[in-house]
Amino acid sequence: MNWLIAILQTTLFVVLAPLLAGWLKMCKCRLQNRKAPSLFQPYRDLLKLTHKQPVVSEQASWLFITAPYLIFSATVLAASVVPLIAVNLPTSASADVIVMVGFFAFARFFLALAGLDIGTAFGGMGSSREMTISSLAEPAMLMAIFTLTMTASTTNLSGAIAHVLNEGLILRPSFVFALFALILVAIAETGRIPVDNPATHLELTMIHEAMILEYSGRHLALIEWASQLKLMLYGVLIANIFFPWGIAETFGAKDLGYGLLAILGKLALLAIFLAIAETLVAKMRLFRVQEYLSFAYLLGLLGMLSHIILEASR
Amino acid sequence: MILLSAYCAVLLSFASGLLALMMHQRQTLSAVSEYGFNTFFTGNVHCRSWINKNLEERHFPVFLRQAVFVLLGLSGVFAVIAGLAVLLGKGVITDQIALGLPWLPWHIRFDGLSGFFFLIIGIAVCAVSLYGPGYVSSYKENEHPFAALGLFTGLFVTGMLLVLLADDAFMFMIAWELMSVASYFLVAFQHENSANRRAAFLYLLMAEVGALSIILGFGVLASFSTGFTFDALREANLSSTWASIAFVLALLGFGMKAGIVPVHVWLPEAHPVAPSHISALMSGVMLKVALYGLIRFCFDLLGDVQWQWGVVLLILGTVSALGGILYALMQPNLKRLLAYSSVENIGIIFMVLGLSMIFMANGHPQLAALGFLAALFHAFNHALFKNLLFLGAGIIHHQTHELNIDMMGGLIKKMPQTSALFLVGCMSISSLPLFNGFVSEWLAFQTALQVDVLDNGVLRSLIPVAAAALALTAALAAACFVKVFGLIFLGQARSRNSEKAHEVRDKGMLAGPALLAGLCFFIGIFPGVIIHLINNVSGQLLGHTLPNDSALGWLWLAPVSAEQASYSPPLVLIGALIAAGVCYWYLRRSPLTIMRRADTWDCGFGGLTPRMQYTSSSFTMPFRRIFAKTWIIDEQIKKDLQGAMDQDVAAVHYQLHIQDHSWPRLYQPIAQGVNNLARQVGRIQTGNIRTYLGYSFATLVLLLWVIS
Repeated sequence: MNWLIAILQTTLFVVLAPLLAGWLKMCKCRLQNRKAPSLFQPYRDLLKLTHKQPVVSEQASWLFITAPYLIFSATVLAASVVPLIAVNLPTSASADVIVMVGFFAFARFFLALAGLDIGTAFGGMGSSREMTISSLAEPAMLMAIFTLTMTASTTNLSGAIAHVLNEGLILRPSFVFALFALILVAIAETGRIPVDNPATHLELTMIHEAMILEYSGRHLALIEWASQLKLMLYGVLIANIFFPWGIAETFGAKDLGYGLLAILGKLALLAIFLAIAETLVAKMRLFRVQEYLSFAYLLGLLGMLSHIILEASR
Repeated sequence: MILLSAYCAVLLSFASGLLALMMHQRQTLSAVSEYGFNTFFTGNVHCRSWINKNLEERHFPVFLRQAVFVLLGLSGVFAVIAGLAVLLGKGVITDQIALGLPWLPWHIRFDGLSGFFFLIIGIAVCAVSLYGPGYVSSYKENEHPFAALGLFTGLFVTGMLLVLLADDAFMFMIAWELMSVASYFLVAFQHENSANRRAAFLYLLMAEVGALSIILGFGVLASFSTGFTFDALREANLSSTWASIAFVLALLGFGMKAGIVPVHVWLPEAHPVAPSHISALMSGVMLKVALYGLIRFCFDLLGDVQWQWGVVLLILGTVSALGGILYALMQPNLKRLLAYSSVENIGIIFMVLGLSMIFMANGHPQLAALGFLAALFHAFNHALFKNLLFLGAGIIHHQTHELNIDMMGGLIKKMPQTSALFLVGCMSISSLPLFNGFVSEWLAFQTALQVDVLDNGVLRSLIPVAAAALALTAALAAACFVKVFGLIFLGQARSRNSEKAHEVRDKGMLAGPALLAGLCFFIGIFPGVIIHLINNVSGQLLGHTLPNDSALGWLWLAPVSAEQASYSPPLVLIGALIAAGVCYWYLRRSPLTIMRRADTWDCGFGGLTPRMQYTSSSFTMPFRRIFAKTWIIDEQIKKDLQGAMDQDVAAVHYQLHIQDHSWPRLYQPIAQGVNNLARQVGRIQTGNIRTYLGYSFATLVLLLWVIS
């Protein structure tokens, strides 16, 4: 039964990810005085891509063709670890938050290799930039997460969320720092403005798009879907770690329903904030990203120190 | 029985060295066999014809090479058997051999810790001896004699195994020196190149300075005890100051061998110039022997560890890990890059060992056991994947005659098997889930996150920062090995050599790395196997095992408690297979969407050339800019101008030199100091015989005065 709910939750994660992307696009268009595409446009795009014949470069090796499957399944596995509508599910015990970061690293490793496989300057550029940004973002992210795991004294995400739920509403300075650090990292890792622009195809600025320039058809669909999933995953992390109220602690149908509604509401709200931020802020230069990310790291460190100095039991 | 197989391992490796000396004794051998068959085994015709065939001039070198490596491989097998047996038996075996000083026979002790390192050496030696015959066949006999290579390889392995068996300081140092000196000759094997001679000398110099430091460390211990056996040294009762002095001496000595920043400089010089299978042994195994020495010295001989030592190890380890990977990232030479990456991995091991010491000294022996486990597990993993990568580098060098990764590219199509094996190595070393490198890193993070139990506020804030540095190291390692794999195997060939490369024909050269790659994956999925073994070691050495021993099933990994953290690689693997399988099946079912091959998109300009691809220096350019202070960067761009008013750029020359800070900051001042001192001493050398007689007279008087 528990396993069934876990699989259901993962499926829900995968299915809902394009919806979040659609909603985000809708909010952004409204804010920028444009006419928005339908909420379900991302689904249509994915469906269209899966029905097209993929065109692959003659240079491409087996790695290029297998990479989308690996990237997608690594991201799905990462999603299976994160509690979406309920805590204490068995999948979240099979891997903790460090493993989740490991899954992201796995996906990124193959994405970067796929970028290099074709042997064009674009691919190499994208890979190089992606690895740079992620190697700065990863410590910042772990710092923020360690603050949480030390408070809850578990690295199990589900356990940590349950801990926050049981503690009730306490304003912890460390959590505030960690929240901001995680938001900054999430923006960098999911390739949003101001770090990367998902809508651009201008070679000087693109990072993620440069790596996947050669992909088409179902391969592109998988990669696009994986990046939508990643966006949603970070959203759920922020929403459920710092504002876990509403998530189901027992597996009754009613609780699960409320859990689903709660997370949908939280994500919708987060997407609105993200859309506002993306509308207000301009993309920054590549070599400003390090300052941005070291600021995120600093916030994470401050969170950790304030946990150790102010909050720890001793 | 266990000890017998350990002795067999030592003797067989020694015998393989001696057998290599027979390379030029073909005539003698055939005379001996002739004599033997005529007198003793007159009837055995098949055997005789087989031996005679192998003793023919044409077959003999090949036969001998194979025989040497078979002996070496058998030595590895025996080492694995002995190591496993002692680890599973949980016993301690002691023995004495009537060698060595008259009043101090060689004391032998074979316990869990030695057994574990025997296992590491055994696996590595097995892989190397599968790989060796194919690799050395490309050396020309008159330029690079196999006799020397085989002899010193055998002695090197013998030395390493003896270090692990030693139970007195005297035998330990003899074995240690055997290992160092034999490996010096291996580094200097291709001595026609002056850079190689220089690297070998640097190695020898640092190895000897390190050995002196270790001797002094033993000396400090011995002066408080009754003898030189380890049993006597264990009983030594040191004040904490003297214990710390001994610790610092040992750390300097073993750290020099292990390649800790800032005494790592020999490593990136010596490892690239040795033959690849030797670099694999040096980087994968010899560094581990140094680690063994440190663990034996601190945890076993000194006994009561102090938390300050742990802090020293933690800081040195963090600096080495970060420094090592940042230097590795900048290297275009593949083997140099791998050598720097060894510095990084040794740094990670030292870091976790430091954590273990801190927990131990603060009265949390079970967490200390966790840190110890993470350190030894990472040592084991590093031996596997670094060996794999060095052997892979050897294959690439063998096939393309290049070591500069800017000259490679596109090898994945020409060398499919090598590339798959190398990919496994890259994924393990980048600590990606499902591979062994990830498990040890996960354990390291778990150790660091237990910091809440400590009382000291400084430690509580220092350790999470170290953990974040570990995260940065891991991410940079991933970037580094994306660069390595991407530039060597993917894209288009950047030189004629790599364009003409093809898969290696010798099956053994692939079998060695395949063995290691298989183990990397197997242990990544079932880490419980090794953790169980290490738990026995820590039970023996620290007196404590993991807090949650029962949770170490084959399926789950939950070192502290199931509520705190758990990881189940088999379940993750199943999940990954399901997810990938479903989307693969779903997306490929329609025949209308069969892949079509087309030209690469070239922005409509036409003519993509290999020169347009990213190179090592362009891939790492963002890192170079962000971490600019870490290196001494000398970047020169020269433009050839032509045309009226020098307006057109005909060609651009780009030069990039990246240097380690430790040379100008640490070594050159020392070298200068030594030179100055020598000049001062030189003043008393007047060249005048009367003055020298005067010195002799004065010394004589002084000595007489001292004696009387």
